[in-house]
Amino acid sequence: MIQQGNDGDQRPVAIKVTGLRKTFGTHEVLKGVDLTAREGDVVAIIGGSGSGKSTMLRCINFLETPTAGTIEIGGEAVRMKPDGSPADRRQIERLRQSLGMVFQSFNLWTHKNIIENLIEVPVQVMKCPKPEAEARARKLLARVGLAEKEGAFPEFMSGGQQQRAAIARALCMEPRAMLFDEPTSALDPELVGEVLQVIRGLADEGRTMVLVTHEMKFAREVASHVIYLVNGVIEEEGPPDQLFGNPRSERLKQFLKTVS
Amino acid sequence: MLAGVLSTSTLDLLAYAPPGWGATLLAGLWNSLLIALGAYALGLTIGIAGAYGKLYGSPLTKDLLAIYTTVVRAVPELVLILILYFAVTDALNKLVIALGGAGFEISGVAAGIAVLGVVQGAYATEVLRGAIQAVPNGQVEAARAMGMPGMQIAKRIVLPLMLAFAIPGMSNLWLIVTKDTALLAVVGFAELTQATRQAASTTKAFFTFYAAAGLLYLMVSIISTLMFSRIEKWARRGQRRTGD
Repeated sequence: MIQQGNDGDQRPVAIKVTGLRKTFGTHEVLKGVDLTAREGDVVAIIGGSGSGKSTMLRCINFLETPTAGTIEIGGEAVRMKPDGSPADRRQIERLRQSLGMVFQSFNLWTHKNIIENLIEVPVQVMKCPKPEAEARARKLLARVGLAEKEGAFPEFMSGGQQQRAAIARALCMEPRAMLFDEPTSALDPELVGEVLQVIRGLADEGRTMVLVTHEMKFAREVASHVIYLVNGVIEEEGPPDQLFGNPRSERLKQFLKTVS
Repeated sequence: MLAGVLSTSTLDLLAYAPPGWGATLLAGLWNSLLIALGAYALGLTIGIAGAYGKLYGSPLTKDLLAIYTTVVRAVPELVLILILYFAVTDALNKLVIALGGAGFEISGVAAGIAVLGVVQGAYATEVLRGAIQAVPNGQVEAARAMGMPGMQIAKRIVLPLMLAFAIPGMSNLWLIVTKDTALLAVVGFAELTQATRQAASTTKAFFTFYAAAGLLYLMVSIISTLMFSRIEKWARRGQRRTGD
């Protein structure tokens, strides 16, 4: 493993993953991986298909149950049973509210219009007063360029619009960090730009994010740290200019050649 | 003129006030609808619980529910009605008397709702189980990822979304239960078919009364179908027609 640390960094740690392992049946997808995202970091996870990058992201908010390892959100360790499953359902639910997840397939609720999608969790789960949640939602929709779409149903919008709305929905919980799971992979090529532009805006305002992506150029531009995964192991990690400009590992060199 | 004579006597027979039989028929219809509504509500309740039990219950729950849906769907409703109305009430009576209580008689409405409700519940369990499974996983995953508790996910995400998939099956079940109420005629309960039978055998005007009863069942079915298509339209709000 080739690594450049940023020791001496005093910013608080938003997400810390240590020794994470995940086994599906007999197949070990993650073989002990680490990740640290301090406040304001943009960590990009790249790698080929089946490298475990999505699983790694999904373990952070326990959509997948880790087999072993520790996860800390904002300095709070997730309490786990010996088998890795969460010991405290309420703790998981609370921590999930501080992690805004954006999926490849948007997953907006199809029976709710856009503003209902945005205020659902703030109002129903986090008990935020409805007018306040709606005001916040409208601000966010304006920000992602969907001010006039608040009454629209998701299935009647383009993929790019749906994904921007999904990002606004995650932001509406006012999360500590954002998790992006290949947010542009399901989009038609001409719609990728509008979504990346929104994510770039979030990076520019110093949001903490972990981003699984196939968009190498984008990762290089917005990431503060890049992790390259191969078969569930971190093959190489470091600042983007280092990884993309001067990769040390042969596999990464090959990978960058095939994807560019 | 033959036609003229026929229609006058038909109208007399169907008149609301005696000696017409209209009131009897409408009272029978009312009883049928009462039982159908009660049984449907009971069936829906059993169905929701049964569907969740079959999907997420313990192994024992799943086994018990499998026995319930298999047995109830295998045995003819008529046999189940006879078992409950005669055998079960008889057994319950004996038990109550043995315990020192007074004997009781089960009301036709209660028995009808109980039997048909249990039958409906078995079918509804399967309809709703399929509908819940048809809800795309991403819809549930988004709610989980945002920290929504399980009960809230069931209530606010899964139930409204599965409705669109459940309505065709559930509207079938409603039409079936309205007609299954006719089976209660065998225990002498005065629902629409029994009332019709009474009117027909007394007056010997078989065709008139059975046709009238058929028309009443048809009206119930047409009105219900219209209502269900409205509900389905509402349940499908937000869905594109093509549904790819």
